[in-house]
Amino acid sequence: MAVERIPILRMGTCLLVTIQVDMYDQLAIALQNDLSKAISERQTNCVLLDISALEIVDSFIGRMMANTAAIGRILGAETVVVGMQPAVAITLVELGLSLRGIHTALDVERGMALVERAAAARS
Amino acid sequence: MIASVVVDKQTCFDLRSDIDVVAARRGVRDWARELGLTVLDLTKVVTAASELARNAIVHGGGGVMCLQIVRQAGRHGLRVTFQDHGPGISAIDAAMKDGYSTAGGMGIGLPGAKRLVDDFHLSSTPSNGTCVTIVRWKA
Repeated sequence: MAVERIPILRMGTCLLVTIQVDMYDQLAIALQNDLSKAISERQTNCVLLDISALEIVDSFIGRMMANTAAIGRILGAETVVVGMQPAVAITLVELGLSLRGIHTALDVERGMALVERAAAARS
Repeated sequence: MIASVVVDKQTCFDLRSDIDVVAARRGVRDWARELGLTVLDLTKVVTAASELARNAIVHGGGGVMCLQIVRQAGRHGLRVTFQDHGPGISAIDAAMKDGYSTAGGMGIGLPGAKRLVDDFHLSSTPSNGTCVTIVRWKA
């Protein structure tokens, strides 16, 4: 069975990924790979990862987000995670995952503004 | 005297692949919601279950997760048990410390899961695999 794919859309100069399905490990790995490829192919310098529909983020999904941000940075793109539920944020910190190095914003609009500033600061 | 724990109902989920973690997580979420846990407590117990279910698959070669609604001395809780078929954990004390990993992970699964629940019990032997039981009591 082929692994389903999470769509990667373009929004302005950024890539937008809205996660609306329950994440499992293979799907998270596929997204990490697809996103790394898309950053390079579509020559973008910003990625918005919208997780407002995610009820939980565990260590594996958290690590995927951190890895994606790190890979993106090497490829010249800044990643912003947007829309994290407050209960998810509290749980992540108690779990011991502080997601250092990841930009976050409350919603896509604020995330867009943040990522454009961060990208401009780099260039 | 410690009041005995009464099991009101139980259901179990097979844990064989990462897809099974999704179903197991949904089961925990539905029962936590039915029990009336707050959004935060629900998020914590589902996250803990996700870590432990993955452990059972990655380290334990698969196993089973059982959900129970329990009550003890007038309080109600959600108890989740993970039994795997693996070789057991040889260094339990080390495995419970942050940053200890044998599978290239970050090593926050076990100690992290423990912080997210009220009760946490782990037993592990080479012949019976690893069994982790967690409880989140309704506040």
